[in-house]
Amino acid sequence: MDRIKHAFASKQNLLNMYFTAGFPSLHDTLPLAKALVGAGADILEIGMPFSDPLADGPVIQRSSSAALANGMNLPVLFGQLQKLRAAVPETPVLLMGYLNPVLQFGMEAFLKKAAEVGVDGLILPDLPLDEYEEMYHPLFQKYGLKAVFLVTPQTSEARIRRLDALSDAFLYLVSGPGTTGGTTLPDVEAQREYFERIAAMNLTTPRLIGFGIANKTGFDQACEYADGAIIGSALIQSLEGTADASAAATRFVQGIKN
Amino acid sequence: MQTPMTTSYQQPTARGYYGEFGGAFIPEMLYPNVEELRTQYLEILADPDFQMELQHLLRDYVGRPTPLFEAKRLSERYGTRVFLKREDLCHTGAHKINNTVGQILLAKRLGKKRIIAETGAGQHGVATATVCALMGYPCVVYMGATDIERQAPNVARMRLLGAEVRAVTSGSQTLKDATNEAIRDWIANPVDTHYIIGSVVGPHPYPDLVARLQAVISEEMRYQLLEKTGSELPNFVVACVGGGSNAAGAFYHFLDEPSVRLIAVEAAGHGINSGHSAATSVLGTPGIIHGSRTLLMQDEHGQITEPYSLSAGLDYPGIGPLHAHLGASGRAEFISITDDEALKAVSECSRLEGIIPALETAHALSALGQLGAGPNDVVVVNLSGRGDKDLETYLKNMDKLV
Repeated sequence: MDRIKHAFASKQNLLNMYFTAGFPSLHDTLPLAKALVGAGADILEIGMPFSDPLADGPVIQRSSSAALANGMNLPVLFGQLQKLRAAVPETPVLLMGYLNPVLQFGMEAFLKKAAEVGVDGLILPDLPLDEYEEMYHPLFQKYGLKAVFLVTPQTSEARIRRLDALSDAFLYLVSGPGTTGGTTLPDVEAQREYFERIAAMNLTTPRLIGFGIANKTGFDQACEYADGAIIGSALIQSLEGTADASAAATRFVQGIKN
Repeated sequence: MQTPMTTSYQQPTARGYYGEFGGAFIPEMLYPNVEELRTQYLEILADPDFQMELQHLLRDYVGRPTPLFEAKRLSERYGTRVFLKREDLCHTGAHKINNTVGQILLAKRLGKKRIIAETGAGQHGVATATVCALMGYPCVVYMGATDIERQAPNVARMRLLGAEVRAVTSGSQTLKDATNEAIRDWIANPVDTHYIIGSVVGPHPYPDLVARLQAVISEEMRYQLLEKTGSELPNFVVACVGGGSNAAGAFYHFLDEPSVRLIAVEAAGHGINSGHSAATSVLGTPGIIHGSRTLLMQDEHGQITEPYSLSAGLDYPGIGPLHAHLGASGRAEFISITDDEALKAVSECSRLEGIIPALETAHALSALGQLGAGPNDVVVVNLSGRGDKDLETYLKNMDKLV
């Protein structure tokens, strides 16, 4: 069963929640997954922490450093994810992370492991499109894993069409210039023009909007232009310094969905 | 004089590969910026107006050509003919400005309005702040908070030149993190900003762009050597390697001359196996750093580790993809020199030749004893920078210097 396709076919206004594996505590990964889904998250994006996360702002950088200091790494994560499907049987789950740790693990070994534990797709922002197409697409297909690609306001129409044709999951529309968790107020007009331009392209792949979406207002606005939204930094922030991460995650998602 | 045609060692593939190293491993947010640069840099560099402006600035502003000096007393000491390529005499005191002068002219032609840069020891930051002042560009330099403390004089120079120095407090707060932060700034300012990267690192086309702009070093060496030795080709070219920009410039026009031995000198720090080293060619493994597939220092899980060298200009956890390829293919030989050996070379060059070298450069000088060069051999050491910025370090280590 294609859990991603099914989610987009059966629901509207999907909420994709990102969190960093191993944060705030090493073994919070599955309890957090369970809490987020229990409170109404439709898709989960589990961040694989990296020492040098180029596309991420300070909040996810901090959570990544903390997770690494807690002892998170890919073998530990895959160990935890052995029980992923016992914790969240139906929800699409993506792994998000930078290419270097994946390459050190071995791309094929990584894909095999991800498929074994029930992961549905991957977001590897620094994997070049050409290399994906030529070297890795067949491997992704062999293990039944979907690839999610990012689109920004500067991405050309021709390139968006290419990403649309290549993606078998959804397109990740980066809301504006900047890294994750951006705090500068977006240029609303420019953003509207960008979202409308993409909505008018009649793409075949569903679209989620991410970066800088922090609350219910932002989520609702994003849903006007796309099939849903991705929230990460704001959740991570609400987990910082909390004694009960699962309870904080539940409260956070309830605040978005209700 | 005839410089060799572009060939495989000099020229990466269309996607920026030198052998198995290079490429552009960047998130989509950087793609339009990097693509704009990639599709235009060769055309701009080849444009006669660009070249005229560049040559004019290199001559009248930077002070090129820099001399090739026959160092008689060092020659006597090592029993071979030692020449020093005096990049320390460039404006701002190091080779870094060869690149920033070129890139600021490039930024102008790309219609950019704002410049960002990363810096470790501060030499590239100063060279960038300098050309921004010259051309009237706002300039933001990212520098690790640790390095800001260690390199106060260069921070003051950048501020005096009108640049904003932003302290980077993420990660290990050194060059690697300053580079991350500059890249994040570029992601946030995708239209009006040009990122002047300081070494032959980063995503394609940066390694090639910076190598081409530094290649003036070896271009001059060839005709200067002809004049002084009767041959354009030396037996050895020696340069220190952090990211590798001065080495790329010093090697460039000799890459396809197999008779010339190219010696890349890395910082061993306290020693290769001490756990405090920056000798990437020995300790590094293939991986991705700052958008490039190259050799880098990392743990078994692919997390990038922090290198160590007393020299802030050599403590980068990777090397440029060109150098990774030169090492893997055997075209260049890599030597590593400890902090203490480099300090000894500082005092030797100061006392024998009256030239106080930068600590980075001293690593290259220290390799003179390991070359096995004979009395008829010609050895060129790229004297990449002067030692003024390191005076405090030298004062602290006087016992090792004398």
